[in-house]
Parts: sequence; C-alpha cells; structure tokens
Amino acid sequence: MTPDPSSQSSTRPTIQIKGLKKYFRVGDERVRALDGVDISIYPNEFVAIMGASGSGKSTLMNILGCLDKPTAGQYILNGYPTHKMGMGKLAQVRNSEIGFIFQSYELLSRSTSLKNVMLPMLYSKKHLFTAKKRAKQKLDIVGLSDRMTHRPNQLSGGQRQRVAIARALVNEPSILLADEPTGNLDSKTTVEIIALFKELHESGQTIVIVTHEEDVAGHADRIIRLRDGRVISDYPSAEDPIHLDWVERMASGRAAITDAELAINAEADAKLKAARLEEQKNTRSFFSRRKNVVVPTKSESDQ
Amino acid sequence: MIKLLLSPIVFVLRLLWQTVFLAIGQVWANKIRAILTALGIIIGVLGVTVVAAGLDGMQGYVLNQFEDIGAKKMWLWGDVPDDKRSVMSWTDVKVTTYEARLILEHAETIETLTPGCRASWSVANGKKLSQGVRVTGIWPAWHEIENRQVIFGRPFSRIDDSENRQVCLINEQGIEELDLDTDPTGDYILINGRRFLIIGVVETKELSPMMGGGQSRTEIYIPFSTHKMMNPYTWTDLTLQMYDPDKSDDAREEIRFILRNHRKLNPDDEDTFDMFVIQSAIEDFNNVARVIGFVMGGVVAVSLLVGGIGIMNIMLVSVSERTREIGLRKAMGAKPPVVLLQFLVEAVVLCVVGGLVGLFIGNVLVTGVQFVPNFPLESIAIPRWAVVLSLGFSAAVGIIFGMFPAIKASMLNPIDALRHE
Ligand SMILES: Nc1ncnc2c1ncn2[C@@H]1O[C@H](COP(=O)(O)OP(=O)(O)OP(=O)(O)O)[C@@H](O)[C@H]1O
Ligand SMILES: [Mg+2]
Repeated sequence: MTPDPSSQSSTRPTIQIKGLKKYFRVGDERVRALDGVDISIYPNEFVAIMGASGSGKSTLMNILGCLDKPTAGQYILNGYPTHKMGMGKLAQVRNSEIGFIFQSYELLSRSTSLKNVMLPMLYSKKHLFTAKKRAKQKLDIVGLSDRMTHRPNQLSGGQRQRVAIARALVNEPSILLADEPTGNLDSKTTVEIIALFKELHESGQTIVIVTHEEDVAGHADRIIRLRDGRVISDYPSAEDPIHLDWVERMASGRAAITDAELAINAEADAKLKAARLEEQKNTRSFFSRRKNVVVPTKSESDQ
Repeated sequence: MIKLLLSPIVFVLRLLWQTVFLAIGQVWANKIRAILTALGIIIGVLGVTVVAAGLDGMQGYVLNQFEDIGAKKMWLWGDVPDDKRSVMSWTDVKVTTYEARLILEHAETIETLTPGCRASWSVANGKKLSQGVRVTGIWPAWHEIENRQVIFGRPFSRIDDSENRQVCLINEQGIEELDLDTDPTGDYILINGRRFLIIGVVETKELSPMMGGGQSRTEIYIPFSTHKMMNPYTWTDLTLQMYDPDKSDDAREEIRFILRNHRKLNPDDEDTFDMFVIQSAIEDFNNVARVIGFVMGGVVAVSLLVGGIGIMNIMLVSVSERTREIGLRKAMGAKPPVVLLQFLVEAVVLCVVGGLVGLFIGNVLVTGVQFVPNFPLESIAIPRWAVVLSLGFSAAVGIIFGMFPAIKASMLNPIDALRHE
C-alpha cells in the first residue's frame, strides 16, 4: 500500500489535481467554489495557499484532505485515485496518507492530549503494539511531553494546536494539510507554530497550509494564490511578485495594497469575466432562464 | 510473525474495548439523562423480574401446599348424574366398602386406599363435654395416605377394624379440649354415648388457609367399621394413593372400568361417581400461572417497546449533538462501520445499564418484601431465567432501536459533520 518514494519522488507528485471543480448548490443558485484547478505538489514541498475570503481555499483543502468530494476533476494522492474511491477506502486514505490540522483544533474535549494523539491509530492496524510510544514521541516533537495528561480545556490555544499537529503526524502521513492553523492564535504563538512547521519540513515532511498572512506564507517555499475558485498565481515564494511587494512595503511602510496585487487581480477578473461571457453565450440558448451566479468578487472593495 | 497473525485480532479487540469504554463514559457523563432515558427499560426489567419472582414464588408455594397434601393422592365419591336426579338419590351411589376392596384388589395403579365417613358427635371425658366434635371413620392405611403418625400410643391395626373395636385416636387439640392427660393412651372417653379406648395421639396437620386449614380443631378417628356400625347411613368416600402421580389418567380409567362394571352401567350411562386427582389440580394451577405469565409478559413487552423508543430518541439527540465528534473521527479515518458500532454499542450500554438498574431495584424489592410480617411467600427470589431474559431483552432493544441513529451517524459526510454547529 505504501508507495516507494525513493524511486519516484523526483517524477511523481504527492498531490496531483487536474480540472478540479467544486460547485455548491444554494437554493436555486450554483456557487463555484472551485472552478477548474490544476496543481501538482511534489514530495517535501512546503506550499502556502493564499487568497481572499471566499476564494475557495478551504474547499480546496477539504478535497485535498479527502473530507469532501469534488464535483468534477481528478485528484491523485500519492498514487491513489481518490476521486474514484468510496467512503470506506477514503477513510483509510485519510487515516494513513493525510494529516489534517484544523483552524479550530478539533480535539476531543473529554480526552487527554495523549488519547487525542492516539486517536488516528485507533482506526489503523499499523502501530498496534507501539501506539502509546508513538503518541508520546510525537508529543515530544511538538514540545508537549509535559502536557500528556492534560485535557484540551487545560491547554492554551497554541498548545492545543500542537496536540493537533502531533495527532496529524502520528500515522506518518505523506501530506500534512493545515487550514489556517494559526488563524486563532496571537502573533507570538503563530511564530512558534510556524517554526514547528519549518522543522517538520526540514525533516522531510510535505506540507500545505492555508493562510491569510504574508509573513506566514513567506516561510513556505511556494505560494499559490486563489481567486474565485481559480489559481491566479503560483510562484516560489522568493519570486512571488505580491509577496516581494509586501516585503518591500513592510520595509518601507508604504500603502496597504500594492500595485502588483492590484494588477494581478484586475487581470484575473478580466479573464474571468471573459470566460463567463463566453459560457453564457454558449448556454443561453439552452437555459435561457438559468443564470450562473458567481460569488461576488472583491474587486469593487479592492479599488 | 506472531505479531502479524495477532494484529487483526488485537485491532478488533482494541476497537471494541475502546468503543465500549467510550460508550460507558458517554453514559456516565450524562448520568441523569441516561437514567431518565432508560426509565422505560428500567421499568420493563423491573416488571419482568418482580413478576417472575412473584409467579415463581407463588407457584413454589402452591405446589408446596399440594405436595403437603400429596401429589399421589386422589379422591373418589358417589355422584348422581345430572339427568338422573329424579330417579336416584345419593344413597344409591354411595361408595361401599365392597367397592373399596374391589378397587384395592384390581386397580394396579392404586397403592392403597381408605374409605372415610364423618359425623359430628358429642364427646365426653367424665364431666367435660364437647358438642359437635368431628369423628372420622378410617382404615389403618389412612396413616400412610395422610402421612399422619402417632406421637403416643399405637396406630390403628386391621384387627381394630375387622373386630369393630371401640378404640380411637385423638389429636392434641382434643386432649386440651377434653382436659385429658398429655399422654391419654389407656383412658376412656364417651363418643355419642359409647365408651372408646384412646389408643394413641396423632399430630395435628396444619393446612394452609388456602387449603381450607386454619385454626386447628379437635379431631377424633375411629375404625371405619365401628363408625359404620354406629351410623350405617352416612356418606362415604374414598381417599386413594397412586403409585405414580404421573399415571393419574390411567388410575382414573382403571377405577372407572372397575366401578362401571360393578355398578352394571350401560355404555351410554354416565358415571355415578366422580374423582379428583391432586395432580390435575396442579396442572390446572400451572396453566393459570402460565396465562398470568403471558399477560404480564405482554405488559412488560409494551413497556420495553416504549423504553426502546425513548432510547432511539435519545440516541438521535446524541448523534446530532456529537456530529462534530463524528466528523472528527471520520476525518481521522474511522470507517462507517466503526462509527455505526460506536453508536450501537452506546445504545446497548444504555439499555443494559438500564436493565441492570431495573434488576437491582427488582432485587431490592423482592428481598425487602420478605421482611414484611405475615408475607405468605417466604422464599421468593428472582429466577435466573428472568435475569437472562430481561438483560437479553434490554440488549436487543438497544440494538433494534439504536440501529437507526447509528446508521444515520455512520452515513454522515465528514466535512458536513465537521461544519455542523
Ligand atoms: N457547504 C457549502 N455550501 C455552499 N457554499 C459553500 C459551502 N462551502 C463553501 N461554500 C462557498 O464556496 C466559496 C468558497 O468557500 P471557502 O470556505 O473555500 O473559502 P475560503 O477561501 O476558505 O474563505 P476564508 O478565507 O474566509 O476561510 C464561498 O463563496 C462559500 O460561500
Ligand atoms: Mg477557509
């Protein structure tokens, strides 16, 4: 079951998605949360996903984490064609291949840190005889070896997120997914958690995190930006124009929004508009009454 | 290698153990709610156990009473058929000594028998006089059939009967009533004006109130032939003892054959006698007990059903208030059957805990009732089958009514469950 990374790591991506679409039906309207996304993520990459609120980041992460199924498109995770798999198989993939970290931690409130970390191993045959040892080891990695018997309500937010990270690591997943892991944390704790992610990355872990903060994204080695369910930019963080702008701006203390970002946003919006117009032309003759309602874009407020 | 073989077993065992542990924790965390929810089950199980204990105790008690009388016993008496009331009187159908001998000789199912006739006579010891004392005429076999031995003196012998001796046995109550010595053997008393020698004292056999006993009274026994001599026209019946109580139907047929032959009844004539067998009374009673059992079983089943609906309701609440937890477990790789099992086990634990509580209360009640003074059933306990049955039923109710909420939980989509508020 476990693919051999040594022979294929250079050629085969850990995550490979093609034409991924996720539509939600809200009443009579169709919301295009993801509208044709192609991304490949290779072993030991550290990727940050950014974008305005409502741009589809969480939707993408949930599909990457096999918590949700795409409306259309392919998602191959470490060789598993997950878009073709059923509930039971997906559960197994989530258990062995994916470590998911939630913004709101999602710990079992009545269980101790140790029990929480052991949870994924309860549903796996792999570490039957070493479960406790492994859980302790992971808690040690996240620096909580002295908080094993604490319950979540006896821990700080940062500590809770560390427990969640230990839990995500415990089955040695091929990918660590974190949806705004520092969203509920203060800046000092954010720095600590990000440092932990960097450590994990350095020890070989493939990581994808969603964040709103440019400084958090700056620690990743690749930044993917989404807008209205589409990828609008995908650069190494050292070359990402928006990020570079931001760095410069931070250094000089200039205006809140940069020209580079405005330019990219405007270009993306124009493309989208053209695409929609084209679509409407094609579909109007068939469904003259139906209109495809798109999430209101932020472009007005951006001006 | 061993680990490899063992691991699937250990995996399942660990999952089960964790699931049960979790379920108990869940029930414990919501103690009050669990108790209220399980009230239907508690009452149902309480019903099963108390009714079972009551029926069992009553049955034991009644059968014990029958046993005291003797399951091997039967009675026979003359009886005018309904359609012959105008042409026959009771003297025509009276059982005779000859018939008694005939049955004893020819009925192979009958071990022994005694005729009996009763009269109320005045009895005097010197100046001490008692009116209306019950004097019964019997054969010596009476001692065996009624299981009544003498405390003092000697029992009746065949010669007492064949010689029409004026000898009698008396009970303790009679000694008291007539101011006799504690051991009155050898004394004389007057029965209906005749002098009788007291040859022995018989124990008074207490019958329960149910069997027409109650306060003991003076009893005097004299040989059957002596009784007949003093009062030739009294009613006579037979008390018989079979070899085997299970052969009571054979005994009936045998005696019918003998008596019908002797009385020269035509095939279409009805019997001019009637019989009563203890064993058939026991069967009648058992049938009644069974019917009561069924009726109570129905009542209990309804209360278990109501309890089950309560369980289903609370399990649905449990599923919806723990939707996020279900989502998390699924996100961590719990497959649908595992989630199903978790909620099913929880429902079963809830029901079984309810069952245990019901059983406990039932036990306390049943034990407590024995300290009530004058309670007629002195040994009453919850029979083991009732314990097994009621706990089995509770578990079944848990499985049946927990199934729907458990399926609902297991089919949840992980992300929808996680987003649930
Ligand atoms: N279950 C759902 N039903 C209907 N619409 C949904 C659902 N989930 C997401 N959406 C819509 O899809 C779009 C993308 O949502 P998503 O949560 O992915 O955004 P996001 O980038 O994570 O935003 P944020 O930064 O605020 O977390 C939004 O317009 C949202 O309204
Ligand atoms: Mg989000």
